[in-house]
Amino acid sequence: MIARAFALLWICLATAAGAQGFAGLGTDADGFALPSADSALTFPADHGAHPDFRIEWWYLTANLRGDDGQDYGVQWTLFRSALSPEAGSGWQTPQIWMGHAAVTSASTHRFAQKLARGGIGQAGVTTAPFDAFIDDWQMRSTAAEGDPLDALTLSARGVDFAYALSLQAQGPLVLQGDQGYSVKSPTGEASYYYSQPFYDVTGTLTLPEGDVTVTGQAWLDREWSSQPLANDQQGWDWLSLHFDDGSKLMGFGLRSSTGAHFTSATWITPTGQTTAYGDGALTLDPLETVEVEGRKVPVRWRVTLPERDLKIDTEPLNPQSWMGTMFPYWEGPIRFSGTHSGKGYLEMTGYE
Amino acid sequence: MNAVAFQALWSHWRRHKVQLATLVLGLALATALWSGVQAINAEARKSYDRAAGVLGQDQLDRLEAPGGVTLSQYIALRRAGWDISPVVEGRLSGDDLRLLGVDPLSAPPQPALTALAGDSAALATFLGDGFLLVAPETAARLQGSDLPPRRIAADVPPGTAITDIGTALRLLRTDRLSHLLIRRQQAMGLTPLDQITDLKRVTPTDQSSLAQLTDSFHLNLTAFGLLSFAVGLFIVQSAIGLAFEQRRAAFRTLRALGISLRRLMALLAVELGVIALVSGAAGILLGYIIAAALLPGVAGTLRGLYGAEVTGTLSFDPLWALSALGIALLGAAAAGAQALWRVARMPLLAPAQPRAWAMASGRMIRMQTGAAIALLLLSGLLALWGDSLMAGFACLAALLIGAALALPVLLLVLLRLAGRFTRGPLSEWLVADARQQVPALSLALMALLLALAANVGVGTMVGSFRATFVGWLDQRLASELYITTRTPAEAEAIRTYLTPRTDAVLPIWSVAITLRGAPAQVYGVADDPTYRDHWPLLQAQPDAWDRLAQGDGVLINEQMARRDELSLGDPLTLSEGWQLPVVGVYSDYGNPQAQLIAGTDALATHYPDQLVLRFAVRADAAQVPALITDLTACFDLPDDALRNQAEIKALSLDIFDQTFLVSGALNVLTLGVAGFAMLTSLLTLSSLRLPQVAPVWALGVAPRQIALAELARTALLATLTWALAVPVGLALAWVLLAVVNVQAFGWRLPMQLFPGGWLWLGLWALVAALLASAWPVWRLVTLPGGQLLRVFANDR
Amino acid sequence: MLSARDLTKSFSTSEGPLQVLRGISVDVTSGESVALTGESGSGKSTLLHLLGCLDAPDSGTITLKGTALQDLDEAGRAMVRRSRVSVIFQQLNLIPSLTVAQNLDFQARLAGVLDRDWQHELADRLGLTPLLARYPEQLSGGQQQRVAIGRSLAIRPELVLADEPTGNLDEATADTVLDLLIEGTARSGSALLMVTHSPRLAARLDRTLHLQDGLVQ
Repeated sequence: MIARAFALLWICLATAAGAQGFAGLGTDADGFALPSADSALTFPADHGAHPDFRIEWWYLTANLRGDDGQDYGVQWTLFRSALSPEAGSGWQTPQIWMGHAAVTSASTHRFAQKLARGGIGQAGVTTAPFDAFIDDWQMRSTAAEGDPLDALTLSARGVDFAYALSLQAQGPLVLQGDQGYSVKSPTGEASYYYSQPFYDVTGTLTLPEGDVTVTGQAWLDREWSSQPLANDQQGWDWLSLHFDDGSKLMGFGLRSSTGAHFTSATWITPTGQTTAYGDGALTLDPLETVEVEGRKVPVRWRVTLPERDLKIDTEPLNPQSWMGTMFPYWEGPIRFSGTHSGKGYLEMTGYE
Repeated sequence: MNAVAFQALWSHWRRHKVQLATLVLGLALATALWSGVQAINAEARKSYDRAAGVLGQDQLDRLEAPGGVTLSQYIALRRAGWDISPVVEGRLSGDDLRLLGVDPLSAPPQPALTALAGDSAALATFLGDGFLLVAPETAARLQGSDLPPRRIAADVPPGTAITDIGTALRLLRTDRLSHLLIRRQQAMGLTPLDQITDLKRVTPTDQSSLAQLTDSFHLNLTAFGLLSFAVGLFIVQSAIGLAFEQRRAAFRTLRALGISLRRLMALLAVELGVIALVSGAAGILLGYIIAAALLPGVAGTLRGLYGAEVTGTLSFDPLWALSALGIALLGAAAAGAQALWRVARMPLLAPAQPRAWAMASGRMIRMQTGAAIALLLLSGLLALWGDSLMAGFACLAALLIGAALALPVLLLVLLRLAGRFTRGPLSEWLVADARQQVPALSLALMALLLALAANVGVGTMVGSFRATFVGWLDQRLASELYITTRTPAEAEAIRTYLTPRTDAVLPIWSVAITLRGAPAQVYGVADDPTYRDHWPLLQAQPDAWDRLAQGDGVLINEQMARRDELSLGDPLTLSEGWQLPVVGVYSDYGNPQAQLIAGTDALATHYPDQLVLRFAVRADAAQVPALITDLTACFDLPDDALRNQAEIKALSLDIFDQTFLVSGALNVLTLGVAGFAMLTSLLTLSSLRLPQVAPVWALGVAPRQIALAELARTALLATLTWALAVPVGLALAWVLLAVVNVQAFGWRLPMQLFPGGWLWLGLWALVAALLASAWPVWRLVTLPGGQLLRVFANDR
Repeated sequence: MLSARDLTKSFSTSEGPLQVLRGISVDVTSGESVALTGESGSGKSTLLHLLGCLDAPDSGTITLKGTALQDLDEAGRAMVRRSRVSVIFQQLNLIPSLTVAQNLDFQARLAGVLDRDWQHELADRLGLTPLLARYPEQLSGGQQQRVAIGRSLAIRPELVLADEPTGNLDEATADTVLDLLIEGTARSGSALLMVTHSPRLAARLDRTLHLQDGLVQ
């Protein structure tokens, strides 16, 4: 997943040198490691944290259907942000963690946020066994063999919701961009980026109305970098799509201050074969804007990828899927139809 | 028509500028003192709220453990999903700073941290290298300190620094958290706290809040403010009354010219309102100046008495100004009501001749006397059976008002007695005339009585307090040297070093506990003659010290004994499973909280983790300076680590004197206002007194002699008022010491008398009265003879 | 006994100085009673005030049994008022805070010439004995003036000056008071100079001086 929610922490934690760019992401990295196109990713080591990079996340979204016949969306995210490129320990550790969780239905959007610093055991990611946690929120591996991310349990809760899901991967890990090196601007800013888009999900949502048993699909993104946005980029619109035939599409557009979209896309076959598409192959056009929390947000999009004969219109499950967290953004489940149909997730940032 | 009529009415003031000035100044003074005190109270309350509002400590439940909370206990609860936030609190004695360490990532929203919210770089530094958030005045005080860098945050209480918890733990050299704040809103479906932790959940009680503690002090200030306001209103009332009397002719004419009574009243009310607004504005300015001047003293008082930090600078609150204007209007209305009422009842054809309005009738005096007797009786009943702070103040109010109302009749009686001893026609006339002036001057004299009585009363209370306090300090500060160390290791090293070189090294250590829902401090005391011989016990069982040493008993302070109604032998539960009988009660002035003394061994058994960092050292007083030099050299101790007895005594007395600075200042102000009330009353009278003085003059008494007689008369009245004020003041002091103090602070002080002070006060009263009468007398006797002769003119 | 020569007196008013007396000369011999008449503003009261040492003339001389009054300072004039000349006004003669008895004694005690027998006789003759404990405000106008007469005569003054002493009284009372005044001055051997509007009253005295425009006619 591209650059999503990138700077949520940045806004409050990074040393913002300039006012350009969404959340000050356009600053130069200092002292932090930079992604390079030549270094290959290694697993399971790269499932863990990379404290020498400025920012990193474990980002999971799920499209679910309940036994009550309703559609639901679930989000679970753990962000890591470093004040300086060292792991540290104790209270003075420079690693700050943030968790976001949400449950979306057609009529409600419930979310929660957690903040913690590393070094004291309140939040972090371990690799053996794989366990990403902040307070009582957890993404833990249950895989007996193979990659640790093949099987996970996932839990989180807020004031008015809780969920416990188990996830089983039906396909391989997918490296985005060039073998996991994902370029984010014409001037070459980039990140490391891989995904596991093939989860089948079962589990329970606990809501004020009662428990709901759910099943569905989920998509996990892993990404880390030190300088993911160019100075003139203001926000992004990002999509993860599950086609009914089992194919997947990841696509994003980074909006620059000149109004142009820098787009990128990855087509994923049901067996995990990928085709990457560079800037301009994918087009994103807003169809309808609604007012969300006092601002205009384009919640319906026309997405085209001519090279795949793709032309679809997206429809949000709940147009008010607003994450009113410390740094707010729109994140919610969608349906789409047109040349292809299916479900997915949409994220939009930088709409002030 | 209104404008014309208003102009006619207003012309009076143009011709009587002094009268107008009196009225405006009186109302301004009254407003100023009242609203000044209000401003001080508001500023102090704001400081308390700031202190309490930090971290929502005033509202949120907390988890605590004796000896502090460990990191793993905190993390375990977080991992169980509980939204809690750690706090570490401590004192940096070197910098006299209260340090509050918080975790901004989990802390409840709070004004003090808003400085970080919008500033990512600031938050990063806060979490990283660390800095202290402090109030501006604290920053100024800490200039040059080697603490982490400071940043200004206006919402931090003075004397406190807020910093990241990591920084705080480092500065305080501890790894224990003081407590965990529990957010109100928690995630759904959590396991109950009592099933997953041993930590104790404590709900903050209002009992312990500063606002509660300091209530009595602010009530005191308010009472003073009210007194000044009342005294100020005396001035206003006399000025308004005179002006209305002098304008009777004008009223009659206006009404004869067709202005209805209703319209006339309305015009007069408007006129009064305009004057009140102008005076109120002046009062606001004056009140602000007074408050700003007094506030540092008040801050000192509150720090000395309660350890409450109050900012020393005053902010301007428009709402306060508005309420001050309101009180000015209210005061003018109260003072003018009688005059307006008289106008309303004035028949259209009433004689226009100004009557000596102030010459109250005998009936009035009889009514006042009746009311006085009733009030004094009520005051006595309240003193005997009242059982609250409010009852104490009601008792004071009844006493003062009763005494004031009784003043005229008492003065008349005294003057009648004095009349028996006069020889010579002039002195006879002097006393006789004084008697006739009593009703006219009674309001001003009442004001003087109140001011003098308050002076005697407060003076006696403070003096008694101070004398007791000095004696108590002498007893209690028996050790020659007091040492504060920084670490347990240093403490141990110094103790080892000192033991062979001194008579005794006594640990000073205490544990904060919660007793019957209120905070209390338990001190561990070693078995040593220092305590046996010197500690001032109010009541004790014969073997109190032995039982203390054996761990079979506990001493409690007087305020705790009174508050919880404990007496000797009563069992007291200090913590779970630790119950001891009370074997003694000791006096503990200046401490608002409950305090206990237990044997040091017994306390150490129940609280093994407590650090002992302070010591009292018994040694030959002559050797102490050398000892200090040696210690400083051997252990590289900071300046404030060592305090000898004399220093602490001086410091304590300094704080004590600070404490009552404000009372003193308000006393002087009240006396000043009373003097001004005298002046205005005498000025008013001087124009009415021509008929009294003219015949005496005509009969061959020289103006100089008349002037002397006039001065002597005022002096006589002031002296007699003072003589009556002394017993009233003593009664006031008794109520303060035996009723109000016990209710407010929990200690009772023996009353001591300071006759020297009364004499000085008498002198001041005399000076004030003579100053007040100087101008009116001057005006009277420098009148051209023709003016006096005109009194006798045939065709008036 | 009393000899005033060429007295002038002017007062400053808002319209400039007002010449009230323009060189008046008056003589009164011992025991004589003289009425002083004239229209309002003719200077009667001013003349009386000058003779009574209540005010000083701008020029001219006043000699009372050899004492030159015009040269005295305020203290000297007070001394004369106290012990040699008594003044009775139309009203407000009495000290309101003192009783009748005290008022009667007051001047004599000030002058140090209190004579108890004379005092009793005066109170008796003036019909004041039952009123001695009262205060002035409790007396009628006639009673007040009788107290004033008693007080004035208590020092046996050389001269009694009366400024319309019965002006506030009804005719019957006025006659009684005047009788008492004439009789009293005669008994104490004092001369009497009385300002009056009433020719009827003036006629009862030894002679009459008429003032007009600040001069004796």
